[in-house]
Amino acid sequence: MHRRTLLSTAALALTLGFGSAAAAQDVTAGFIYVGPVGDGGWTYEHNKARLAVEEQFGDKVKTIYQESVPEGADAERAITQMALSGADIIFTTSFGYMDPTIAVAEKFPNVKFEHATGYKRAENVGTYSARFYEGRAIQGHIAGSMTKTNKIGYIASYPIPEVIRGINSAYIHAKKVNPDVEFSIIWAYTWFDPAKEADAARALIENGADVILQHTDSTAPHAAAAEAGDVITFGQASDMADYAPYPRVSSIIDNWAPYYIDRVQAVMDGTWTSDDTWDGIGPGMVGIGEITDAVPEEVKAEALDLKAAISSGDYHPFTGPLNKADGSVWLAEGEVADDGTLLGMDFYVEGIDAEIPQ
Amino acid sequence: MDLSSINPILLVASIMVSATPILLAAIGEMVVEKSGVLNLGVEGMMITGAVVGFAVAVNSTSPALGFVAAAAAAALLSLAFGLLTQFLLSNQVATGLGLTLVGLGLSSLIGKPYEGIKSPTLPKLDIPVLSDIPVLGRMLFSHDLMVYFSLALVVAVWAFLKHTRAGLILRAVGESHDSAHALGYKVVIIRLMAILFGGACAGLGGAYLSLVRVPQWTEGMTAGAGWIALAIVVFASWRPGRVAIGAYLFGGVTVLQLNLQAAGAAVPVALLSASPYLVTILVLVIISARGAHAAPASLGRPFHASS
Repeated sequence: MHRRTLLSTAALALTLGFGSAAAAQDVTAGFIYVGPVGDGGWTYEHNKARLAVEEQFGDKVKTIYQESVPEGADAERAITQMALSGADIIFTTSFGYMDPTIAVAEKFPNVKFEHATGYKRAENVGTYSARFYEGRAIQGHIAGSMTKTNKIGYIASYPIPEVIRGINSAYIHAKKVNPDVEFSIIWAYTWFDPAKEADAARALIENGADVILQHTDSTAPHAAAAEAGDVITFGQASDMADYAPYPRVSSIIDNWAPYYIDRVQAVMDGTWTSDDTWDGIGPGMVGIGEITDAVPEEVKAEALDLKAAISSGDYHPFTGPLNKADGSVWLAEGEVADDGTLLGMDFYVEGIDAEIPQ
Repeated sequence: MDLSSINPILLVASIMVSATPILLAAIGEMVVEKSGVLNLGVEGMMITGAVVGFAVAVNSTSPALGFVAAAAAAALLSLAFGLLTQFLLSNQVATGLGLTLVGLGLSSLIGKPYEGIKSPTLPKLDIPVLSDIPVLGRMLFSHDLMVYFSLALVVAVWAFLKHTRAGLILRAVGESHDSAHALGYKVVIIRLMAILFGGACAGLGGAYLSLVRVPQWTEGMTAGAGWIALAIVVFASWRPGRVAIGAYLFGGVTVLQLNLQAAGAAVPVALLSASPYLVTILVLVIISARGAHAAPASLGRPFHASS
């Protein structure tokens, strides 16, 4: 064997973590992750779902994954490499993989692609996401009820519709229970950077916030809050139960396993078609982590009622009357937001005193 | 916009904390580069220090022991780099990059059982008299020991390079290893010691991240801090004082922009985040324009006594 071939094989083995090594699988499922599988949040949950796929199908499926793939140009290389290595279906699990996924999909018409949280589809590219804003409504309710300084800190990642939706949903429900509530929003411009996330949490706390909501993937803000004391936090994407019962008082848990199993099954059966899935608390794609005893009994009961109402479809977190931040009317009394507006959301609701960075 | 909610005392205190890890890593790397070796594995050594320091601190409940172990572990990793590049004459750039990959992989392996665990952290010092000074006391004199250690290290490195015979020899090796060799100095041994020192410093910087600044272990937690340290060495044109300025500038801008956002100031976030890099480029342009680029002349060149 040539030395170069040996080296590149070794390099490939290093970059790609291979799942089960058994031969002759029916389907190979690939996963592209934005962070390390041990981030304790977003990527951790995607990887958990990957393991659930392996568990479900045993020898019939082989899974491969690559972690910490930067969003942007390099992602295209990583996805191409995965398609070349024989994957039948590839899940690209971050918003920033949208264009690279579409580009690679054009070159590999026989490979199926599933892109998380995006909106561009093709013959062989489907999209899926979860209605995280339903969970944000519950967080907002608890946050608004529990804040003593009336200042809620929000560590946001990138100014994309998904993140803006979360901020709006949390704000609307915090405001409902506490008209004096204010949001301070920090854009971290990263999904995963524990040191920066901890710094952001500290900056918010030093500016008077006593509740920290986060849309970044690591548990660092919890550590910073625990150190500061008297600050509550919420698990993001994963339960982050290591920081329960305090400062972490509840969480949004992403449960991708049923969806991944369903899609891999569809590939096996040859019934896979490109579609768009957007599920929430009802179908179980969004879970609410245990609300701890640090939350007053009546607030907890209200939060659970809210969860039940959202789950059954009786209540939609974006129900009018709601105005946009510029004062114009968005939703009239009783009107419910349509999915199109939500998917492209690029405005704050009235009351949030900040600008969305361009 | 209400800037009054930013407390300047807490702001300066945060800046000092956020600058310390990159300062430690950068001052170590500067010594390595002064000896004529380019070690691009800072990130890998930092994260190894972060995980080993965390693991030892948790198991021994002594953060001090954690720092010592972190320095030792990262120095050990840098020894691998030293052996490969100094004795086997491997390419320094490739080996350094390899070291980063090894460090990242190794750390996530070691760190698996430590995810989500809380660690004992360094106590904040309460220096008599100094800590009680209004404003300044809280701002400058109420930090943990490592903040002062990093600053003392900068002074020590400066004094060593500028005023000691050993420092002069180290610089001579970095400027012209052939001349130093002709004078009878052991080029390889001197470089190896510099590499070990650089490794230990990177390890301390990593441990500061996992034990004080964040404080917890998360896979991949250095998130590029090692690369920033490398950039700072260039920014500082290989001078200890400027390394400190560079690290505080980086730390300062990071913390300041987060605080400005928290206070609701309408500043272009992307521009602020990019500003340290813009300043680095500007400094490089100025240095080049003046014609005196300060890089050690033998930087990155392999040495063998037979040549």
